[in-house]
Amino acid sequence: MSSQHGASAEPAHAGPEVVSVSRKNPKVRTVRVVRPALQDASFIIPTLKGLQITVKHFFKNVLTRAETQTIQYPEEKKPYPPRNRGLHRLMQRDDGSVRCVACMCCPTVCPANCITIIPAETSDKKVEKYPAVFEIDELRCVVCGLCVEACPCDAIRMDTGLHAPPVEERAGGVIDKDAMLAMGTRSIAVQGGAGSEWRGKSDRG
Amino acid sequence: MQPTISTSPTGAVDWIFWILDSAAFKWIFLILLLVMPLASLLTWAERRQSAMMQDRLGPNRANIGPIRLMGILHFVADALKMISKEDFVPERAHRVLFTLAPILALAPVFVAFAIIPFGPTIFPHELAHVIDVRVGIDARDAISMQVYPVEFGLIFYFAIMTLANYGGTLAGWASYNKWALLGGLRASSQMMSYEVTMGLSLMGVFLVMGTLEPGAMVAWQGPNPLHWGWAVQPFALILFFTAAIAETKRAPFDLPEGEPEIIGYFVEYSGMRFGMFFLAEFIEIVFLASVMTSVFLGGWQFPFLHVDAFHFAGMVAYLPHWAVVLIQFATFGGKVVFFCWLQLAIRWTLPRFRPDQLMQLGWKRLLPLSLLNVMVTAFLVWLLWSWGGAR
Repeated sequence: MSSQHGASAEPAHAGPEVVSVSRKNPKVRTVRVVRPALQDASFIIPTLKGLQITVKHFFKNVLTRAETQTIQYPEEKKPYPPRNRGLHRLMQRDDGSVRCVACMCCPTVCPANCITIIPAETSDKKVEKYPAVFEIDELRCVVCGLCVEACPCDAIRMDTGLHAPPVEERAGGVIDKDAMLAMGTRSIAVQGGAGSEWRGKSDRG
Repeated sequence: MQPTISTSPTGAVDWIFWILDSAAFKWIFLILLLVMPLASLLTWAERRQSAMMQDRLGPNRANIGPIRLMGILHFVADALKMISKEDFVPERAHRVLFTLAPILALAPVFVAFAIIPFGPTIFPHELAHVIDVRVGIDARDAISMQVYPVEFGLIFYFAIMTLANYGGTLAGWASYNKWALLGGLRASSQMMSYEVTMGLSLMGVFLVMGTLEPGAMVAWQGPNPLHWGWAVQPFALILFFTAAIAETKRAPFDLPEGEPEIIGYFVEYSGMRFGMFFLAEFIEIVFLASVMTSVFLGGWQFPFLHVDAFHFAGMVAYLPHWAVVLIQFATFGGKVVFFCWLQLAIRWTLPRFRPDQLMQLGWKRLLPLSLLNVMVTAFLVWLLWSWGGAR
């Protein structure tokens, strides 16, 4: 029954004061046990002090909601910090096609093995490969963000600020290329960097 | 003002009064209109109030279509959940006692409400008039708002509430679960210990007021707030309130339950059987508030409101009987709600005791103090009697 509310000077876990220690066995000690003062032991004044705090909060919150911390979630959303990792999206080229070149960096680095890419060739001479299938199992995803860091061409991002949607079946947790591409926008990064002609463009000539 | 029982009703009007004055009608009126709504609302109010005290909002979303009512409908949702949950009985439990235990926890509280005077005596023929206290009132058709006005009223309360002991203890024993059994034993030891203090602390009130009948106690206290129980027996109020909170197993004395951590006696109960224990606890809150109101806060007495008018410092404001009755009913309700609120506030302010602290508080502090209170009160009463003659 130690006093929790009293304004006592000694620290809370100081332990009992040792009066004397036995010479034969130092573990045998005489300690002074501090009993709580009468006003604390009676529990009446500490109870009233506690009630004063809680009742003050009660009336403040009932009358004005002044200190209420609750955010009424579905109606009222707290904005996430800018680096929040949400649902994946795939970025687009200028013509709206997928930026991804199916280099397989992201499924390689993914610790949860949640990314499935099946590459295919395309008739477009400028594009070596593209993902015919690009699926992410959001139920397996551990939201580590390594895929975004691994991507060499700014094709995959996790900046949507969305949560993985609730699903009835596990298969519903798989999000496909079209859905991710629909959330994507044009990237300002140059596709393929400076391209294969970069030596000629450098100022060394 | 003595309640009378019409033995031979004749005529339609007499029949109506006879029905209104019957104990069964008054009990149903009390339980259905005051106790059950208040107890149900308390299940919601406790969560809402605790939330407000902790800077949260609490449950506010149960709704029927657009009707939300600040989440009051949560108690309906809770009831539906409790009723539709699986009614699980452990394989080796004693089925009869297992079924009986929640009933034994719930029923005594309902019975104990019989002694509570929940309103003033109503004189139906005088409702439209101001009652003239100089002229005698025909008490034959007075309706006393008390189900069971009996000389041993508070003794009856202790006797009935002791039965509620069996609810917890039997629940623990019948569950065939060691933790439940320990919880049941904790419950019974706690309730028995604190009953002693409860009885002794009310003894002081008994000595002062000279009656154990709550209706007569309210009449003794009268409309002067400085003549109410809190003023004549302040220590008894604190002692009784503390002991009664322990008796109803509310925090900070809720260690028989301690649902998630130390596992209480209803660990094996689910669905509506658990709901009955839960409801019994909330009805006990209302009951304790009613007893506190009747014994220490003047019951249905509104300050300075007599049967005919407000009498304050020589001024008199006459009121018709119906207005007096309505004010006094509302006063009783308001005081009960206040004590319910206070119990919830205490529950969400104090942390739980350890069992040894609980026993020490009960036997080493409250019991000697209540004995001291009885002795000092008896001495003072004797002193006043011998000085001032009969009070």
